[in-house]
Amino acid sequence: MMSEDNEGVLVLAYFGRRFIGFLVTLFVVSLLVFLVIRVIPGDPAQIMLGTEATPESLAALRERLGLNAPLYVQYFIWIDGLLSGALGESLRYGVPIGKLVATRFAVTGPLALLAIAIALGLGIPLGIYAAIHRNRFGDYGIMVFSQLGLAVPSFWAGILLILLFAVRLRWFSAGGFVPWSESVPGAMKSILLPSLALGVIHAAVVTRLTRSTMLEVMNQEYIRTARGKGLVERMVLYKHALRNALIPIVTVVGLQFASLLGGTIIIENVFYLPGLGRLAYQAISHRDLPVVQDVVLLITVMVVVMNLLVDLSYVLLDPRIRLE
Amino acid sequence: MVILPTLIRSARRSRKGVNLMLGITLVGIVLITAGISWVYTPYDPIEMSIPERLQGPSGAHLLGTDQYGRDVLSRIMQGAQNSLLVGIVAVGIGMTVGIFIGGWSAFSTGWSDEVLMRAMDILYAFPAVLNAILFVTLLGPGVINAMIAIGIHNIPIFARLARGNILAVREEEYVMAAYALGRGRWSTASRHVLPNILPALIVQGTIQFAVAILAEAGLSYLGLGTQLPYASWGRMLREAQIFMGTAPCLALFPGLAIALTVLGLNLLGDGLRDQLDPRLANTG
Repeated sequence: MMSEDNEGVLVLAYFGRRFIGFLVTLFVVSLLVFLVIRVIPGDPAQIMLGTEATPESLAALRERLGLNAPLYVQYFIWIDGLLSGALGESLRYGVPIGKLVATRFAVTGPLALLAIAIALGLGIPLGIYAAIHRNRFGDYGIMVFSQLGLAVPSFWAGILLILLFAVRLRWFSAGGFVPWSESVPGAMKSILLPSLALGVIHAAVVTRLTRSTMLEVMNQEYIRTARGKGLVERMVLYKHALRNALIPIVTVVGLQFASLLGGTIIIENVFYLPGLGRLAYQAISHRDLPVVQDVVLLITVMVVVMNLLVDLSYVLLDPRIRLE
Repeated sequence: MVILPTLIRSARRSRKGVNLMLGITLVGIVLITAGISWVYTPYDPIEMSIPERLQGPSGAHLLGTDQYGRDVLSRIMQGAQNSLLVGIVAVGIGMTVGIFIGGWSAFSTGWSDEVLMRAMDILYAFPAVLNAILFVTLLGPGVINAMIAIGIHNIPIFARLARGNILAVREEEYVMAAYALGRGRWSTASRHVLPNILPALIVQGTIQFAVAILAEAGLSYLGLGTQLPYASWGRMLREAQIFMGTAPCLALFPGLAIALTVLGLNLLGDGLRDQLDPRLANTG
């Protein structure tokens, strides 16, 4: 038997190891983002200003971006800026990157959250229903939905939603964003269709996973015991089966966060939403390198943080892992 | 190809086999369409005919024409070639490099295993779409760079899978026997380990093939994948969105082509997994 103190030490040691791994990952990711932009053939200043730039403007931009300093100095200046909150200025928009990112995050954050809520709100009940009614008509219907959801690209789902709700029914506008400061219902309305396009696609994954995990859990002995001791079926399902099935679902939803963030880049372009994804895409297209390196790092860090949280939550949810 | 009739026979016997049969049929249709389009399309897929622009489906143009009067069916047929090529190259890159790294990692102990796997974790941490957009924009838009970018994202997936499976197979008695008979590490790996981990890699390969097609469509939708005037399903959707009010059909057919191809590949992957790995058969 392991005492509670020992177990506590093991959990702390696990958290510590994961956190050190997380810091190393952050460092390598930042180094990669920094280097990718600098090792591409050609002069970054030239890439940003194009072939018709004068030598004077090139020299001025190099000076402004600190490109004359050695690489490692440039890296530390960048990291120092990030840590002190001084993110620099966008070359294209001429505004501080911090402000730009904050404005854009006000679109992408709620969009991603609503998409996750739709994915879970739709996927978990459908998955449970399919598992309970395994190999019956409802199960087949839900499985067809989830197969289709996995096959449809989210941007096509977005286009179809625009076609139906904006072009035909005229209930929504075909794109654009009403700022939160102007109208909260208007802003919600602007992100509803894009969230639906992303959420329904991810709901397909959640549905399949919930179904297969529920089926697996329902075969376990403790479920048979629960039934054997005369618990009502609803109690068995929700108190015993679902609670255990939720662990892998939480994990996968967390890991899906990366694909969801990637999805926002395309979906924000479909709906002309001024979000973080569209900012990343536009900055990359217009070679706005200070914005590119900050936004790419920010999005990647969000994914790495999410992966860490998933790892840690998994340990808290499933005590067996602590002892490994 | 010997495996196909066996699979079809065993698919017929099981209820799950319906999925596999549907998968084989859909993927077969895409393969045949792409094959035919090498030698025949109803019209030249890139030839414009402005007087015939934005026509709906008709006897002359079964799926209508686009904003330049190009035949949509011919372009979808050409797009099938493009999607298959992207899938093959992207999965090929991911699988070849991934198996090599995963194998190296599994057969070596200590720091090189740890370093390689952490490197794979870091590569995997970059969101695929963002990674691909960055890569393609910096190296230049085009289908080749798109394939490489998607292929790079596949590397950690195959590396982890190969490593995990090799670690399990490595301890099997027949592998020990090969060593005992004096076979070297690479000879054992290629003759005894690889054939045994191949089923898992093929199943994953099918799924990643579908993911690659979706990724290329996404990149082409953003204008970073296949370039004009060549047809790509993603790019066709981008162009269709502009004319959605006047020609809604334009936005339907390329999307349907992507969805049916990906559906076929996913069903094929699921079906193969059920046939090749019976342990998972009752959970999917």
